[in-house]
Amino acid sequence: MTHILRAPLNGNTLQELNAGDEVLVQGTVYAARDAAHQKMIAALEANGELPFDIDGQIIYYVGPCPASPGRIIGSAGPTTSSRMDAYTPALLQRGLKAMIGKGDRSLQVIEAMKKHGAVYLATVGGAGVYLAQKIKAVETVAYPELGPEALLKMEFEDFPCIVAIDVRGKSVYLTPDI
Amino acid sequence: MRIVKVEQIKETVKQAVRAANTQLPEDILDGLQKACAKETVPRARRLLEILLENAHLAQIENMPLCQDTGLVTIQIQLGQEVSLTGGDLYEAIDQGVREGYLEGYFRASMVKDPLERVNTGDNTPAVVHLEMTPGDQVVITVFPKGAGSENMGRTAMLKPADGWPGVRRFIIETVKIANANPCPPIIVGVGLGGNMEKACLLAKKALLRPINRSHADSRIADLEAQLLQDINQLGIGPQGLGGDTTALAVNMEVFPTHIASLPVAVSLNCHSTRRAVVTI
Ligand code: SF4
Repeated sequence: MTHILRAPLNGNTLQELNAGDEVLVQGTVYAARDAAHQKMIAALEANGELPFDIDGQIIYYVGPCPASPGRIIGSAGPTTSSRMDAYTPALLQRGLKAMIGKGDRSLQVIEAMKKHGAVYLATVGGAGVYLAQKIKAVETVAYPELGPEALLKMEFEDFPCIVAIDVRGKSVYLTPDI
Repeated sequence: MRIVKVEQIKETVKQAVRAANTQLPEDILDGLQKACAKETVPRARRLLEILLENAHLAQIENMPLCQDTGLVTIQIQLGQEVSLTGGDLYEAIDQGVREGYLEGYFRASMVKDPLERVNTGDNTPAVVHLEMTPGDQVVITVFPKGAGSENMGRTAMLKPADGWPGVRRFIIETVKIANANPCPPIIVGVGLGGNMEKACLLAKKALLRPINRSHADSRIADLEAQLLQDINQLGIGPQGLGGDTTALAVNMEVFPTHIASLPVAVSLNCHSTRRAVVTI
């Protein structure tokens, strides 16, 4: 079934999502990847503050291409989420409620998601042009010096995702038997 | 001696990176279409349709197929009878990448130092492999490759006693560990033999071979076909969300090796396999 998710989120809506469900994300989403995460965690450690109020928010793991003339953004598909695993539990503790990316998460992240009632959504890796069309506005929030890794705020319209890991920690990914 | 100006190499690299990042090669498009027609899991089929739609949109909108426009590897096959004039070849290549990426509005994804990690701002430098060939032509292959798939590559120095079963196990294990990260359906490039760096280079070379062309040696071609079948039975599927289509192809290249060695390298490439070949 397809759910509509609108940020900021609250715990109740997320309880209804099951791993494997389809979701269309609407509204405001923050975009951050490796370098912005590193800076956010450094800021938290230094003064306990983030560049935006993260409570109930969604972070999309993306470093978009620059916008060519006449566009608001270039290609903007997800990056590999596991690279953000080390930073994620601290953000979940601060109220982050959903993450959008591609690929599996660590056990520590899944445990923190269960504890704080958060979900992890997967979107289509490599569909950068298709997904850019679902982004209707973009604004830089912090760290412009990071170029493609700056912290951005985006407005989504019908941004397609699949619930990859739900609030109960149930996952759609196979556990490799190696 | 045939004279080729490095300015021409720069211009070629620039056009080729522009084309490679916006147009999916025919063989990959065809592979995706065929996989989509055969896929039995509805969600997997839908995901493959989105990838095909994305490729179509990239071409008509002249936008990069994927936001990770990659680290650019450039292979130059330089004819022995060619004399390059007018400047430094490597500078010309980087200038071509720089202009192509800035003018194409492609993402700059290179950092200057692996530890300090400050972006170079123009996606340079490229990684260049130079090869001498007979004749008077220059064949330039540009291969922008994203890190999602690149980070999942692995190399092993196996023992001769491990034989094909050991090699096969290592390749399958690599695909399983990679799981959803390299954006399946993937292309699996295998380099077998040589020494450590040769195996890695062979794995990359294997990825440059169109996926509708199996190895010229039927013994290797059979191993490729077998592996492809085994990998597609893993059920990882498009985006790691389940399905019959985990890989579109397995391409393997081999080279003689030492009596004590059995090197194997596996380089994975995503469905967004971007490459362009130009002959000057
Ligand atoms: S693995 Fe390939 S398709 Fe996926 S995000 Fe990276 S470059 Fe794009």
